[in-house]
Amino acid sequence: MIRSAVLVLAGLILAAEPAFPGGIAPSDKRSGLAEMGPELQAMQRDDTAHPGMLWVQDGADLWARAPTGGAPACSGCHGEARASMRGVAARYPAWDARNGRPIDLQDRINLCRRTHQHVEPLAYESADLLGLTAFVATQSRGMPIAPPEDPRLAPARREGRALFEARMGQLGLSCAICHDDHWGRHLGAAAIPQGHPTGYPLYRLEWQGMGSLQRRLRNCMSGMRAEPYPFGAPDYIALELYLAERAAPLPVETPALRP
Amino acid sequence: MARALINLPKTAKAGDVIEIKTLISHPMETGFRPGPDGRILPRNIITEFLCRFEGEEIFRAELFPAASANPYLTFTTTATRSGTFQFTWRGDGGFDQTETATVTVA
Repeated sequence: MIRSAVLVLAGLILAAEPAFPGGIAPSDKRSGLAEMGPELQAMQRDDTAHPGMLWVQDGADLWARAPTGGAPACSGCHGEARASMRGVAARYPAWDARNGRPIDLQDRINLCRRTHQHVEPLAYESADLLGLTAFVATQSRGMPIAPPEDPRLAPARREGRALFEARMGQLGLSCAICHDDHWGRHLGAAAIPQGHPTGYPLYRLEWQGMGSLQRRLRNCMSGMRAEPYPFGAPDYIALELYLAERAAPLPVETPALRP
Repeated sequence: MARALINLPKTAKAGDVIEIKTLISHPMETGFRPGPDGRILPRNIITEFLCRFEGEEIFRAELFPAASANPYLTFTTTATRSGTFQFTWRGDGGFDQTETATVTVA
């Protein structure tokens, strides 16, 4: 009797184990855009009022400007970004065969600079890298996030999920505790979003500027009183891979605007 | 040169109220915040914005340290005739930038 009760209980626990990544049912999945007030939503949707467009415009200039040294501009090889970059941001991070590791969009831009333009990579969080990344990602606006089904990405994606669910820092929190288990509730006065990276790089009013997903992740980590990884660490790419899978098929919003 | 985005309708009918939206890239450093070395960063803000239509001033604003970075100003005017709007931002450290935009009134 007791034994069958235990079995039933075990069965219930197994049944409660979420079948989808992140434990968020597909019908419940929503972007942080939905958590914002109508004024901020309007600001994101109006390109003429959106301060992130300042970076996107800078990125458009950089796209067409040839670097010193005679190498071609981005547009020299890729042409019109509207056509050639459409959908690219929706499938990043992706596998880089040359280096044998997954990379995100800003790494792709910097690799391109190094190998094809023979210039120094742009610094993380520099206005130029954010601008160029935002410009490229904006070309995918409205397209569903579609992570590639490349089996070589699977180990990093698994690692990303493990990091997402691992407790860290002095507060002993994990990403999942807030964004899987308590989304839609509040932490102090702030709404807890599901944490989908739909619009990076994005303009955050708190930052009064543009920032990458890595900056956002570092923010969360210092909030949990954990030591953030350095910019460009493979741990971020792993997390970005898992987050992209978890967010699919929400649409790309770059440049998003968040409080 | 700071990047500025100006939006207004390209064409309007005489008597129409048109909305003008301006956005300029500027740090609007308040003068109250310490930098990475612990020293107070000098104030660097836009202090004045003005809009002229064919040389005539139609809108002016004073800005103070509480304004956020990349200030966004929007205002309306009545379209009377075709012409050029001139937008000027002035501020600390000799900041002075002027942009223009035209409207055609049918």
